[in-house]
Amino acid sequence: MVTRRQFVQGLTASAALAGMPLGAALAGGAPQVLTGTDFKLELAPMPVNITGRPRTATAINGTIPGPILRWREGDTVTLAVTNRLPFTSSIHWHGIRLPTGMDGVPGLSFKGIAAGETFTYRFRVPQSGTYWYHAHGPEEQTGVYGSIVIDPKGGFAQRFDRDYVVVLSDWSDETPTQIISNLKFQSDYYNYGRRTVGTFVDDTKREGLGPTVSDRLLWGNMRMAPTDILDVTGATYTYLLNGAPPAANWTALFKPGERVRLRFIDAGTMSIFDIRIPGLPMTVIQTDGNDIIPVTADEFRIGPGETYDVIVEPRDARAYTIFVQSQDRSGFARGTLAPRAGMAAEIPPMDPRPLRTMADMGMQHGPGGHGSASTSATGNDPHAGNGGAAQSAPDPHAGHAMPGSGPAAMTGSIAVVGMTPEQAAARLSGNVAVDNIAMAPMNRLGEAGGGLDGNGRRVLRYTDLRRPIPANDPRPPTKEIIVHLTGNMERFMWSIDGIKFSQAAPIVLQRNERVRFTIINDTMMDHPMHLHGVWSELENGQGEHRPYKHTILVKPGERLSYLVTADEPGRWAFHCHLLYHMELGMMREVRIL
Amino acid sequence: MKTHALALGTMLAVAGLSTPAGAQASATQPAAHDKPHLLDQSVYFHGIFNQLEGRFGETSSFRWSGESWVGTDENKIWLRTEGRVEGGQVDDGIQELFYARSISTYFNALVGARYDLDSQPGRGWGAIGIEGLAPQFFRVGVTGYVSGDGHLGAKLEGSYDFLFTQRLILQPQFEMNFYTKDDPTRGIGAGLSELDVGLRLRYEITRQFAPYIGVTYLGKFGNTANYVLQSGGNPNEVRFVTGVRAWF
Repeated sequence: MVTRRQFVQGLTASAALAGMPLGAALAGGAPQVLTGTDFKLELAPMPVNITGRPRTATAINGTIPGPILRWREGDTVTLAVTNRLPFTSSIHWHGIRLPTGMDGVPGLSFKGIAAGETFTYRFRVPQSGTYWYHAHGPEEQTGVYGSIVIDPKGGFAQRFDRDYVVVLSDWSDETPTQIISNLKFQSDYYNYGRRTVGTFVDDTKREGLGPTVSDRLLWGNMRMAPTDILDVTGATYTYLLNGAPPAANWTALFKPGERVRLRFIDAGTMSIFDIRIPGLPMTVIQTDGNDIIPVTADEFRIGPGETYDVIVEPRDARAYTIFVQSQDRSGFARGTLAPRAGMAAEIPPMDPRPLRTMADMGMQHGPGGHGSASTSATGNDPHAGNGGAAQSAPDPHAGHAMPGSGPAAMTGSIAVVGMTPEQAAARLSGNVAVDNIAMAPMNRLGEAGGGLDGNGRRVLRYTDLRRPIPANDPRPPTKEIIVHLTGNMERFMWSIDGIKFSQAAPIVLQRNERVRFTIINDTMMDHPMHLHGVWSELENGQGEHRPYKHTILVKPGERLSYLVTADEPGRWAFHCHLLYHMELGMMREVRIL
Repeated sequence: MKTHALALGTMLAVAGLSTPAGAQASATQPAAHDKPHLLDQSVYFHGIFNQLEGRFGETSSFRWSGESWVGTDENKIWLRTEGRVEGGQVDDGIQELFYARSISTYFNALVGARYDLDSQPGRGWGAIGIEGLAPQFFRVGVTGYVSGDGHLGAKLEGSYDFLFTQRLILQPQFEMNFYTKDDPTRGIGAGLSELDVGLRLRYEITRQFAPYIGVTYLGKFGNTANYVLQSGGNPNEVRFVTGVRAWF
């Protein structure tokens, strides 16, 4: 059994976060919800005590998360943001389609908001759904984030009686610079789930000595740890649900038989979450603000930046736990749905800690491959007998790989820019910033993800997402851009195509160009890739009903693609939404001329 | 650590890096050449004492071995220090200062100077080396030295972390020193002069602070052993050690 440090479940009440039911406020119209078209937001330092130790957070209007902004589709909103922090900051409106100057990325959209200054954002809101807003820098970690709910002009697609926002996030008593610095010196600093003599003995008992030894040698040869799931864990994080640590038990009320809409937002800095409500199936109705054909699921995974809206219909007058495990099972956020305040349901035990496999390294597995690595995994093998069809499905775009090595090559009617796996291996081998190239990246859209597949629950998959209406732009792409997500775990370096943001040239798109972004994840981590300014239409097998997203969680060893219509000129950020991956270089500018 | 501005000027000068584009446009809209200032060129500063220990046997001594670096992912200033204190005398006082460059996924090249600064007569060396993480997670380093009077030397180091639990870690470690010529005034003979082997069991109370116990073997060979014998010492010493591994 893996010993691990017990994560801090937090205080039951604290000065700033006194178990305030902000979501309930949305239903009840309490002051944490701001409505209308004119808004004033103020970013300022705020004393907090989340774990028992006093710290200074960065808050919006004195709350963490910041207030819920309730807009109406078609309105023009004006938001005066005053920065009382001692450094330049800003607010980025995550997922909102707006002019580039209003996007709030310092150095791209504008200069940022200097200390003591006010910047007034003004833009028309062309969409509806659940979104969020946050600073585009390290202060996001310490509290500069909040939710946006945009009511649709034509009425809701689904009927519901109650409406709650559920903002998930992670709090550390350490500062963002301390966390990054620790990881630069020891990249598994926060991993208390590493393999030990104990796990070796357990695996030997189950798998036999030979396979266990060869598995250890295989990973050792790569200098990789299969226990590397999240870089920053419950060893320093307390996971928050609407700002409340697990012990504070944020609660949303319902009457039995009501339809309750829960708007989940992963505002976590470095935390991918798995969400379920034991005893209550969820009907997933939206992702990233866009309606999908309703899908019933017991559980779903959410990456930082993503949103999912679900409807639940609790019929019994009892409490239900909203259980939100971190992907590495080092801790959880928790809330409660209950007919009255003060109730609590059982908190389920966390699932087994997942392990990375050879598939996560982008290597062939199955017959003739390195099957021994995945079958000797401790606890559960996430891929055994699951998602096989999706894994072995040929990638529909593999044939577009260019034979030449120039910046662009024509294959049929589509210009391909970027490196095939073979080219990446040739050019990036031994690169300081790159520790692995996925030589056989797979279509993994049909997999729920590491630690979820085969867990006996109905887990949402990307292939389940189907937009009710056909795509807005029927044109096929004329350009394909292959993007490699790269990293060096040992040095804790993150990049795209082996080049950090500060040394990279922008990706340039022509106005109204139709482009396919093909993402190859060469790393063994999941990366939620967020493209500002334009929609990302995930090519998930749903044809013209492919879902529209702004943030797409790319699995390790995965190759996926999405279509983009470059219909908003300007300078846009394109980055991994794990904040420290972005800060350390896994970002590009996408410039639409 | 509070890292950003630290020694940035030095680092940029050494590394020949260009300063990041810092010019801000006067209008609210940034100029086209502006970029967000991320932390991907930040300078970090760390130091570690791998050994900070008392050694107890026939005779007792105090041993330190540590290193510190400041720099970016690619370019660093790297300091290494080690030495032994016994009977009021310091020996094996190898102090090194390097420019370190990341040369591959797992290895750094080091170029710099070494000075033997202890109770013996001092010696200056030019130094060049490589250090990093070998397959199977062995941390290794090899450094070659040349002195002004034509002496050559080499240092070979290695260690491995063996996890009993998440916090209880056994570390086998060795260091070997080689020289091409005798240096009687420093008590050094040609060939393999010294082998320092340790087995330390540490408990990480925090990642940064881990007390340990262990055993060490310090062997002197060839003429080095003869010099030790001539001065009445023991060229093969096994000692019990207790100390602290600490970093910041």
